[in-house]
Amino acid sequence: MTTAGAQRERRAPGGKLSNPQRVELYYYMLLARECDDAILRLYRQGKIVGGAYTGSGNEATAVGSAYALEKCDYLFPMHRDLGAHLVRGQTLRNIFLQQLARAGSLTGGRDGTGHYADPALRIYGNVSHLGAMVPMAAGAALAATLRKERAVVMTYIGDGGSSVGEVHEGLNMAAVMRLPLVLIVENNQFAYSTPIARQFAAQRLSDRAAGYGIPGVTIDGTNVTLVYETCWKAVERARSGEGPTLIESVTMRMQGHSASDDASYVPKQMLEDWKKKDPIARCAKILLADRLLTEESLLTMNEEVRARVEEAAAYAVEAPYPDAGDAGEGVYAP
Amino acid sequence: MAAMTYIDAISRAMWEEMERDPAVFLIGEDIGAYGGAFKATKGFLEHFGPERVIDSVLSEAAIVGAATGAAVLGMRPIAEMQFADFVTCAFNQIVTNAAKIHYRWHLPAPLVLRLPTGGYIHGGPYHSSSTEGWFAHVPGLKVVAPSTPADAMGLMKSAVRDNNPVLFFEFKYLYRRIKGDVPEGDLTVPIGKADVKREGTDATILTYGSTVHFSLEAAEIVSAEEGRQAKVVDLRTLLPLDRETILGSVRETGRALIVHEDTLTGGVGAEVAALIAEHAFDALDAPVRRLCALDAPVPFAPTLEEAHLPSTGAIVRALRELMRY
Repeated sequence: MTTAGAQRERRAPGGKLSNPQRVELYYYMLLARECDDAILRLYRQGKIVGGAYTGSGNEATAVGSAYALEKCDYLFPMHRDLGAHLVRGQTLRNIFLQQLARAGSLTGGRDGTGHYADPALRIYGNVSHLGAMVPMAAGAALAATLRKERAVVMTYIGDGGSSVGEVHEGLNMAAVMRLPLVLIVENNQFAYSTPIARQFAAQRLSDRAAGYGIPGVTIDGTNVTLVYETCWKAVERARSGEGPTLIESVTMRMQGHSASDDASYVPKQMLEDWKKKDPIARCAKILLADRLLTEESLLTMNEEVRARVEEAAAYAVEAPYPDAGDAGEGVYAP
Repeated sequence: MAAMTYIDAISRAMWEEMERDPAVFLIGEDIGAYGGAFKATKGFLEHFGPERVIDSVLSEAAIVGAATGAAVLGMRPIAEMQFADFVTCAFNQIVTNAAKIHYRWHLPAPLVLRLPTGGYIHGGPYHSSSTEGWFAHVPGLKVVAPSTPADAMGLMKSAVRDNNPVLFFEFKYLYRRIKGDVPEGDLTVPIGKADVKREGTDATILTYGSTVHFSLEAAEIVSAEEGRQAKVVDLRTLLPLDRETILGSVRETGRALIVHEDTLTGGVGAEVAALIAEHAFDALDAPVRRLCALDAPVPFAPTLEEAHLPSTGAIVRALRELMRY
């Protein structure tokens, strides 16, 4: 199994996954978590200079959603969507070079984490100002429409970010103009330390879709197949010119907001309950039951994933920082 | 040469750029069927169609954000704020997204943001303010502020062809008040180049926008009454500043008067004064003088607005004092 670049091939019509595709989804989730674990290790070793943000608990949402895109589509991910980057075909070395702010990274060390753009893979990363990317994603959808591309733009926001005005502005514009946009709202129960009860008064965040005149749906964001199938329908809807869809994907942020946050404000029982719905463990259970994987092949896959991640992390640790003389360069395009 | 108004020059430049490059499109509030609040885009919808002349929702952040997203994908949007005052609603998109894209992503973000700006029109605190000073502080943006029809046309064409976000401040007071000759053919004015609008040897006025015209009037009055000649430098671009022309002019005259209708504290004039102090201190025969708006919102009543903004009379007085120092 390699990261063959799932976006290269058209998925089966109707959004039904083949057995190898179901295994591939599992592989990407595993890869994302292994990367996150390695990032946390590097953080604790003092090798990451800034913050470290993980997507533990969010793997099914990130992987399942991006898997519904074709190569021609555009991804505007958020900071807990490492799995989506990987599905698009981003290399592990690039991921770690970014985390470690190295010269050879996609931003040349000028920004960290997933804040990069990779036009070849049609990935346009987030900024720290949550919500600010939604209007930009709408603009990308507008550009695709003006150029008669059949491309769809997928973007993300969290339960916290959903309170930002720019999300409303961007989504409303996209709805009015029927732009090919899919917005995934990752409701992972906490915005830093703020629980969702202090974030919104609506029953569900998908209820807001009615206010834009677009479809909205709330799904179990730990079920990768369900995430994929829901997103696939939304993507196809957008592609056929029917406009945006809002998908609230309910998950749990299993770690702190960042590596410096011990998340002691999260009730222990809540974590215990969500642990039972771990997206990777539950997917493995199904694949084993369906005999698509065996205990042995799972172990082999785990080892392969670990080796790949370790190689990339080690490569990035050895890579040089940018030259100090570059600090003021490249502010303007020629 | 054809004489045209300031606003017609802007319209003509956009029209010709849209004819030249299919990647150019317009987006803003009421710009299509209505032709724009100031009629700058009258007739565009009929000629270019609704895909390239987009009547947007009333959402400044969405307008600028969408323009930025489209620009990153290779389009060349011209987005409009109905009044420069409302750009505050899009501040985050400009400084957080557009301005930092090339530095972080090595990708061009070729968008133009039109900002009908300034006072002298009795618009009050929310339709007359000057916002250019905020943006002249943001690395990654270019900020232009033409004062004549020819410069407006040439700078608009350069802005559309530039690979960076360009904030195009257009002065509502000048829209239909001034007419000027615009050379035939494909006129461009380089971004980052100031222009000497009047030669003089006794003092330099450094200014931009509407106050260029008041400064020219003031220079004529002082010339007629005292025979002393003020050079008038029209900055035209506020970011990046044309240091060479600013410092060269001040070195020639030894005296500098900075005039703008934006407020005094932390305005573009403060940066110009700092440049002079840092690089031309030895050439000065008098302290640098600034004549700007009061540090207050632009008031509504004509008597208050007149007191708030620099006038020809005030420039004459400041110029005389500076020359006598």
